[in-house]
Amino acid sequence: MPAIPFLAATRRIAASKIVAALAVATLFAGCIAAAQSPGELDYSRTRSSEHGIYRGTIIVSGDSIPTGRLQSWTLHLETADGAPVDVATVSVDGGMPQHGHGLPTKPQVKLALGNGNHLVEGMKFNMGGWWVVKFHVNSTAGNDSLVFNLSL
Amino acid sequence: MFIFALMRLKPWSRAALLGVVVALILMFTTNLHAVSRKRTRWSSKERVLLRSLTLKSLGAIPRDPSNRVADDSTAASFGQLLFFDARLSSTGTVSCATCHMAEKNFQDGRPVGRGVGEGSRRTMPIAGTSRSPWLFWDGRADSQWEQALGPLENPVEHGGDRTQYARLIAVEYRTRYESIFGRLPSLGTLPFRAGPVGDTVRAAAWARIPGARRDEISRVYANIGKAIAAYERRIDFAPARFDRYVEAELASDTLSSPSLFTPDEEAGLRLFIGKASCVNCHNGGLFSDGHFHNTGVAQSRATALPDSGRTSGVLKALAGEFSCTSRYSDATAQDCAELRFAVAEGPELVRAYKPPSLRNVVDRAPYMHAGQLATLDRVLEHYSSAPRAPLGRSELKPLHLSWSERRQIIAFLGTLTGPLTAPPGFLAAPANHTVE
Ligand code: HEC
Ligand code: HEC
Ligand SMILES: [Cu+2]
Repeated sequence: MPAIPFLAATRRIAASKIVAALAVATLFAGCIAAAQSPGELDYSRTRSSEHGIYRGTIIVSGDSIPTGRLQSWTLHLETADGAPVDVATVSVDGGMPQHGHGLPTKPQVKLALGNGNHLVEGMKFNMGGWWVVKFHVNSTAGNDSLVFNLSL
Repeated sequence: MFIFALMRLKPWSRAALLGVVVALILMFTTNLHAVSRKRTRWSSKERVLLRSLTLKSLGAIPRDPSNRVADDSTAASFGQLLFFDARLSSTGTVSCATCHMAEKNFQDGRPVGRGVGEGSRRTMPIAGTSRSPWLFWDGRADSQWEQALGPLENPVEHGGDRTQYARLIAVEYRTRYESIFGRLPSLGTLPFRAGPVGDTVRAAAWARIPGARRDEISRVYANIGKAIAAYERRIDFAPARFDRYVEAELASDTLSSPSLFTPDEEAGLRLFIGKASCVNCHNGGLFSDGHFHNTGVAQSRATALPDSGRTSGVLKALAGEFSCTSRYSDATAQDCAELRFAVAEGPELVRAYKPPSLRNVVDRAPYMHAGQLATLDRVLEHYSSAPRAPLGRSELKPLHLSWSERRQIIAFLGTLTGPLTAPPGFLAAPANHTVE
């Protein structure tokens, strides 16, 4: 009789089963983590648009994005090969995927500041957590969306 | 013997076993980590959140560019007289203070307000409302002064009208009024009872007044609102036990330091900012995000009319005769950003209401926009089960809170009780005040 029953039992379990169990456990743990805080997301302030037509950068005043008050951002827009985009129609939407609601305001992008910079007015976040902000950009370069993740 | 058992395994199962052992060790050490982290009551992330809930995080009362007398103390004292003056009503019996009773935290403890008649919504607290971009449960006013002009000519609240109020000012308050707002227009030939809201007789009388004269009277009316707002603005919350608790925790957050909270209160706070996610909507120093949410509160039985909440509220705000962008406002168009960027339509607005501040909440049953829930037990029951909304979609998900969790959250809410703060004499009827 082996001195450690646990090991004896393990010996009888096929190793492949252990590997499978481990894989399931890891996956499970991963899922739980994803549901709580989507740590895997790309939170960078510079993103490529969904079809790769544009690169966009959001510039906010201060290091962190405040909650509970209106704020203006600058959206820097350029094409994939780095040419600034000044003439574009940009609309904004977004929300909190985990809460199933949209933005509390209807932000507007109406003013081109030059060098590919655009003024984004009326941004507001009324709670902390994971937010998604989407800019739909239409210019001669094409129609595409920039999606930013924020963790507030 | 352990080694011996291990040797007898096939190489691949040995590898798998090694994995298990490594995983176990990892789990054990991370657990140890968690234990050592528990030395402090709140993590650094939680501490940031806790700080954001204190009154200190609110800062100074924000300016109101739409009201040029907002910070004028003479206007504030005048506003106090008006707030308590029952002659500002069709019956001479209803003042703002009839429903917003100073001795009851400026509320009335009724499911729906009762003035000249019975209303359809619950009386809201006044303190801290200078910090709210939207007023009323559905946010149909965008400033305190615009808000005050609603009840004054609402047929079931004060029930009076604009020429009546202008005459009262001319007779009783002329000097005060003129020192703040300039000359009153002459009222000589105007009808005694006329205004755009209310019954058809008064509305018809109002329509017969020439446009320029109507505008003068409406300006007097707007100024009544501005004086009242100057008074209300100064009524704010003073620190509660919660604020002192957070201050103490931030100063010295070790388990050995004594807590200003009971274990139940602390557990309730943990639930509030954690598992129960109350803090999603009840956030900031007022415990309200100032926005609008459908939380599946039942249709009021006090009224047969369906209440669509923010859906109609935002349209009224955008069209408001006395809004930030109106001719009676002192603001420039750029000042009216909340109005400019307001979401004006969409399914999320249906039966969405503003979360009231939770400060002083335990003392002001019944709850919700028409007093639908009689006690805090019922409120916690509501959040625990998250019933379907009568109209639109509730943002809530069932929390399945246990009885002790509910008790803990209610205990925590009790720590938000604190006094109000205002200039001397502002938290009661003015000294020379007489009630008919
Ligand atoms: C008949 C009772 C009654 C009277 C009189 C009354 N109110 Fe109210 N008050 C209410 C009710 C009910 C609400 C909520 C109404 C709604 O949302 O439709 C309210 C809402 C408010 C709010 C909004 C608070 C917030 O957080 O949005 C303020 C401020 C206020 N009243 C001030 C006043 C002032 C100033 C007067 C006097 C000019 C006044 N009230 C007269 C019952 C009354
Ligand atoms: C999705 C946003 C949201 C969440 C999450 C939320 N609330 Fe509310 N709360 C509201 C809104 C909106 C109202 C007013 C609803 C109405 O009158 O129809 C409200 C009202 C209340 C009231 C009544 C206040 C009064 O004066 O009538 C209490 C108490 C309260 N909430 C406590 C809590 C607690 C405790 C939690 C967590 C278990 C919580 N809330 C979670 C939005 C929310
Ligand atoms: Cu949310």
